[in-house]
Amino acid sequence: MPPERAWRSGRGGAHMRLRGLVRKEFLQILRDPSSIAIAFVMPVVLLLLFGYGVSMDARHVPLAMVVEQPDADTAGLVGAFGNTEYFHPIAMPDMRSAERAMLAGRVSGIVHLRADFSRRLHSAGGAPIQLILNGVDANYARLIQGYVQGVWGAWLTQRARLQGARLPLAVDLQPRVWFNGNFRSRDYLVPGLIVVIMTLIGALLTALVMAREWERGTMEALLVTPVRMREILIGKLIPYFVLGMGGMALSVAMAVWLFQVPLRGSLWVLTLSSALFLGAALGMGLLISITARNQFVAGLLAIITTFLPAFILSGFIFDIGSMPTVVQWITRLMAARYFVAILQTSFLAGDVWPVLLPNALALMGMAVIFLGLSRRRARKRLE
Amino acid sequence: MIVAAAAPAPASGTDLVLRLSGVDKRFGKPPHVVQALHGVDLEVRRGRVTGLIGPDGAGKTTLMRIASGLLTPERGAVQALGFDAARQSLQVQSRVGYMPQRFGLYEDLSVQENLDLYADLQGVAPTARAPRYRELMHMTGLASFTRRLAGRLSGGMKQKLGLACTLVHPPELLLLDEPTVGVDPVSRRELWQIVYRLVREQSMTVLLSTAYLDEAERCAEVILLHEGRVLGHGAPGDFSQPLTGRSFRVTAPDIGKRALQARLGTKPGVVDAVIQGEHVRVVLDAGTAQHPNALPRDLPGATIKPVPPRFEDAFVTMIRGDRPGRPVEVPAMTGAANTDGTVIQVRHLDRRFGDFYAVRDLSFDVRRGEVFGLLGANGAGKSTTFRMLCGLLPASGGRLSVAGVDLRTASATARARIGYMSQKFSLYGNLSVHQNLRFFASAYGLTGRSHRQRIDAALTGFELEGYRDTESQTLPLGYKQRLALACALLHQPDILFLDEPTSGVDPLARREFWARIGALAEGGVTVLVTTHFMEEAEYCDRMAIMAAGRILALGTPEQIKARARGAAKPEPGEETTMEDAFIALIEAAKRQETQTDAA
Repeated sequence: MPPERAWRSGRGGAHMRLRGLVRKEFLQILRDPSSIAIAFVMPVVLLLLFGYGVSMDARHVPLAMVVEQPDADTAGLVGAFGNTEYFHPIAMPDMRSAERAMLAGRVSGIVHLRADFSRRLHSAGGAPIQLILNGVDANYARLIQGYVQGVWGAWLTQRARLQGARLPLAVDLQPRVWFNGNFRSRDYLVPGLIVVIMTLIGALLTALVMAREWERGTMEALLVTPVRMREILIGKLIPYFVLGMGGMALSVAMAVWLFQVPLRGSLWVLTLSSALFLGAALGMGLLISITARNQFVAGLLAIITTFLPAFILSGFIFDIGSMPTVVQWITRLMAARYFVAILQTSFLAGDVWPVLLPNALALMGMAVIFLGLSRRRARKRLE
Repeated sequence: MIVAAAAPAPASGTDLVLRLSGVDKRFGKPPHVVQALHGVDLEVRRGRVTGLIGPDGAGKTTLMRIASGLLTPERGAVQALGFDAARQSLQVQSRVGYMPQRFGLYEDLSVQENLDLYADLQGVAPTARAPRYRELMHMTGLASFTRRLAGRLSGGMKQKLGLACTLVHPPELLLLDEPTVGVDPVSRRELWQIVYRLVREQSMTVLLSTAYLDEAERCAEVILLHEGRVLGHGAPGDFSQPLTGRSFRVTAPDIGKRALQARLGTKPGVVDAVIQGEHVRVVLDAGTAQHPNALPRDLPGATIKPVPPRFEDAFVTMIRGDRPGRPVEVPAMTGAANTDGTVIQVRHLDRRFGDFYAVRDLSFDVRRGEVFGLLGANGAGKSTTFRMLCGLLPASGGRLSVAGVDLRTASATARARIGYMSQKFSLYGNLSVHQNLRFFASAYGLTGRSHRQRIDAALTGFELEGYRDTESQTLPLGYKQRLALACALLHQPDILFLDEPTSGVDPLARREFWARIGALAEGGVTVLVTTHFMEEAEYCDRMAIMAAGRILALGTPEQIKARARGAAKPEPGEETTMEDAFIALIEAAKRQETQTDAA
């Protein structure tokens, strides 16, 4: 066998081919603005948007205050609303203008104190207040309702203490909140975002770059070289795995240092579970690109089957427990769901093995299935 | 049918590099099955250039892909270099070099990085690389461009880089899929020189596919493919030789060349009649060719002269049989009987993209009823010019007017005088022929009786009745082209823009297409057409040859050829083709450039 032939067919050849493919892919990533945008710009934008902009908390909620008969008691109550950071009370002369403000969306609720408020407050039955809420966003409305009750209760308690009387309460509820004691939505949104970002890199970007090779005719040229299909797939996996882990590291760093999200679990658990999730996402991406050979279709498929579920069906924003049973079953097919559970536990609770282990196993299973399927489906043929 | 294919004497086992026997290949699922290859048998022998020749859609690319193991045939056997291409594709692939139609280059990688990638994939030992690269870069003339991104290379340079990448490990069999399509004639000639050198110095075996029939004569052996079947196999001379004494050139200065062609084309005994410069080239059937002088007897002032047959004569005769060409009926186009004069006027037109001039200082006029051609390779600036004329792209500088107005700012009435047919035909693939016509008729604002009448006229005039309810995406390419032209003519425009209208259609459809265009021009329609088929320039009344955004030459085909003859060394007796003229002009321009640089 001539030396060159030996070189080409031996292990050295496989190593050389793989090195060539990986180097090519990295050069392309560096030179392609759209890859850089998806891998680095989009994570930063999403994190900043969710970290600073979007918040599921109610803060400075505009609330119309209609006081029919102002006096010391009503002034105290209105003051109590103003003293919390949750509300921004706006005094309105009558119900009519308050309703108009509500219709126009200038206020999210109306607190109505009737003319007999003070008189009844001092009587045995106690005084009612009327609360009208904009219920379009039901979650938000419930949140405000809770806060209003909180303010109202606190004001009554404080008033009673000042007067030296005890408030007649049947049950004394003393709530304590675990894991996210400050109710900061950022603390669970930012870890969830890491899932979205890694889905983008793992599935969307991978599917797009494979489809691009088909579109530009370079895949055809690759296929007629002595390269194995296995090597082409690994040659795609390695660069995007590195890129995905890079995106993960960037997001974790931003979460911890910029947004002060606590990281209570260990870093190695986070890294390992991220690697498992990325395996599943990359497998999905490759599988899509084997079916769809143009960037438009591949992009749409990736968004519908991976990116949107990562947002909606992962438990990242919407609680899976409160979804209908059928939808809950569907979420079990989404790798993102398991990773969200791991991330939220890892960040907010710590290394809770009974939660981490089953989710990690599920991710591993999905990674094996998707990667195995792409290996089986990928043929060194044009059909 | 002529059997040129007294197939070459059966080659001995070692001499055979590629053999296909009884290969069938289908694509798609019923009811949209396309049979790409029908029982193809062929042999490619060692150490020579074999040309796989046929129009687009003949099955050339499918055949190449089957030979390299990228596709598996439904039936039949494929032996490449002693291996079964379907089952042992990896062995085949480590021994063949295959350049796909789009060259397979990574445009965001530099020349050197592309070479490195393919050297890695082909397993070229690190020590062997430096001398190999040097050799390839020298051969392709890319040595000073190794750091440039492949996407920034010209079409001709991309083609050479693609070739260098497939040659990085010297293959035993080189498969080139339409390497010369869309590349300028100079690069095309250089590619052929490289191919000859590979065969001569390294006794490489080359199978090269092309849609340009005139390239047949450059091959040692030719396999003629048409509609998935092998029509013939032999030396190029074997094909044209039987036609010796049947090809003639008719000249009649008193009759216009189009009228002459139209009259000759319908005469009994004439198999083929095409315009060639100021003459009409005819192929006669065997009987008529005995008495050629009888042919132009009723044509005043006509003379007839025998010429040597060429490959295309043979091809047309083979697929047409000895049936004469049918006369083409052109639906009456009421080219508004305006006064003669200039219809399109272009003065010092520039178009910049960033600091790159796609079109620079362009000036020309097109007169009423004229067929004006813009000729050039991909990237010469034809399409940019075209888009500016149609008002789809603003000019960066200069003036232009079409029918007296700038179409970018023109009213709908001015635009209604324009018909436009794009390269991709712009048809709705999932609508039927009739639905496409109806849609375009409405888009042009035709209503009521005229709407119906124009559609009926188009269906009959373009012989599309048989396909009335066929989805247009399933039409044969020639019919798609007819339909696209019919759509562009529905509103009876008096100016017609045609962007690469004939790319991909077979020579017969092309003849028919040009006959229609000729008839339209006779009827007063002004036609502006772009093409990269040098030979099609012969159909134009006047033309501009473009290269790198500038006009190299402007005039009638004869004038341009004469100018080129002046520029090149005149070779008496040799007929100058448009391609020779193009190459001479480009080289003259280059010489001038270097002289100016030196001065």
